[in-house]
Amino acid sequence: MSEWWTYSLSDFLLFSPRTYHRLFELYNEAVWPAHIAAAALAIAIMVSIRRNDGRTVAAILAIVWLWNAWAFHLDRYATINWAAVYFAAAFVLQALLLLWTGVVRDALDLSSRSRTGITLFAFALVIQPAIALLVGRPWTQSEIFGLAPDPTAIATLGILLLARRPQWHALAIPLLWCIVTGLTLWTMEDPGALLSPMAAALAFALAAWKTLAPSRKPRDESHRG
Amino acid sequence: MTHAPLTRRAMLVASAAAATLPALSTAQQAILTRAIPKSGEALPLIGLGSWITFNVGNDPAGRNASTAVMRAFFAAGGRLIDSSPMYGSSQEVIGEGIKKAGNASRLFAATKVWISGGSNGPAQIEESRRFWGVPKFDLLQVHNLLSWEEHLPTLFAMKAAGTLRYVGVTTSHGRRHDELERIMKTQPIDFIQITYNVASREAESRILPLARERKIAVIVNRPFEGGDLIEATRVKPLPAFAAELGCKSWAQLMLKFIIAHPAVTCPIPATTSVAHVQENLAAASGSFPDQAMRARILAAVGTA
Ligand SMILES: NC(=O)c1ccc[n+]([C@@H]2O[C@H](COP(=O)([O-])OP(=O)(O)OC[C@H]3O[C@@H](n4cnc5c(N)ncnc54)[C@H](OP(=O)(O)O)[C@@H]3O)[C@@H](O)[C@H]2O)c1
Repeated sequence: MSEWWTYSLSDFLLFSPRTYHRLFELYNEAVWPAHIAAAALAIAIMVSIRRNDGRTVAAILAIVWLWNAWAFHLDRYATINWAAVYFAAAFVLQALLLLWTGVVRDALDLSSRSRTGITLFAFALVIQPAIALLVGRPWTQSEIFGLAPDPTAIATLGILLLARRPQWHALAIPLLWCIVTGLTLWTMEDPGALLSPMAAALAFALAAWKTLAPSRKPRDESHRG
Repeated sequence: MTHAPLTRRAMLVASAAAATLPALSTAQQAILTRAIPKSGEALPLIGLGSWITFNVGNDPAGRNASTAVMRAFFAAGGRLIDSSPMYGSSQEVIGEGIKKAGNASRLFAATKVWISGGSNGPAQIEESRRFWGVPKFDLLQVHNLLSWEEHLPTLFAMKAAGTLRYVGVTTSHGRRHDELERIMKTQPIDFIQITYNVASREAESRILPLARERKIAVIVNRPFEGGDLIEATRVKPLPAFAAELGCKSWAQLMLKFIIAHPAVTCPIPATTSVAHVQENLAAASGSFPDQAMRARILAAVGTA
């Protein structure tokens, strides 16, 4: 791209904030009662984590990443953003990586009980859906774990932080998504723009710390497994 | 930032040329037109953009609002709507809007080709045509000069075959004016599209004079700098001289500043609001600022 320095992020924003948030409203309306299934899957994940059943957790996460690729990115987001086709591809790749790591190789040992991980997971399940209301938009525009990409990515980061050894190949796409969504919301001057990038920074820092100092126990963890 | 050596005479000529051809309009004041230099065809002095504003996807509320804007645009005498395959769902929304508006018979359909590689151009153009639901485009522009060497032969061939009426190229934000100048000097294009407004006046020094010389029509994008100029003047009181020009808002004053340049064919403000589209079209009526008045507008906006 020539004269790239003259471009700003807003040159790439294709839609208004109103259109973007309405997308979630219409999506929620269209997929209801998938919300109940998403909540059931979240509970199944919690139970599986307690049992240190990484295989089931990875399989459920793969399902929701695939669902996001198809039902959100391709079916909805792509109507206002041509880049959503590439997002969908990345989400499918993430599902495959989760299946490979957690199901095929059974390499997801989720026994570290990282407090940061649990906090991020809880944040994605409980706080993120409430953000619409908190910033004064209708609750019908809520973004729900399993159905919407942001809480899905942050929950995934939280869960992957419970792994004894960070699985960087499974962390990469959720981390990148947090940056992409942060930039999109930032360009729209959304009050919640920094949440996903901050969650990603936290997850990245903790995973890097675990990787670089594997012998020492991270302070926020008590190994019970 | 530069000042064009616009003479008062040039201004008067421009206003006179504009004033000779009032378009059909149901508005109180007839909307004025200016001739496309190569053909003499009259185009209303305000068009309609569609970046962001019409990219509402499948949202029925957004689509109805867009249709209402288009209906108001045509009712006020507007003709030229500008879009691009880059603008998400905008072209489909325009297609639905012009069908539902029921008063789009005088539509001047202007879109772009925006794809790498000349061989991909025809398929994209055909897809756009289907989205708009028009038999053919009035104007096809190479968006942001992307692969222009490869697309222009296609567009000229379409024009020769009668499946296109005019050929153009676009850029914005004052970018790539050197390359644009080269194209204007060497290619038989009918239109260029550039950014020109009270704050971004890069085009005044070379591009606009060259457009007059080469008889190339000029569509002006980002007349409000994407809305930033509206935001910047929100709390400023409108100067008293605005009334002399029949302007009731900063938006109208800024549009009249643009239209007063004799090289300009039409700015294409984008909007989601019926009131705004009516206000914008109303700026294409009455008298236009001369050189001195244009300087006063710049001083009042604070961009002199
Ligand atoms: N490279 C290219 O080819 C290129 C690049 C940029 C733009 N373009 C074309 O040029 C068109 C215009 O540029 P743009 O859309 O970027 O920016 P613009 O027309 O300068 O500004 C659009 C903004 O101005 C506001 N507005 C319009 N009329 C108003 C009024 N009377 N009072 C108050 N606010 C008003 C609109 O908000 P409301 O909805 O609230 O009215 C909208 O947010 C684009 O839509 C596109 O078709 C082409």
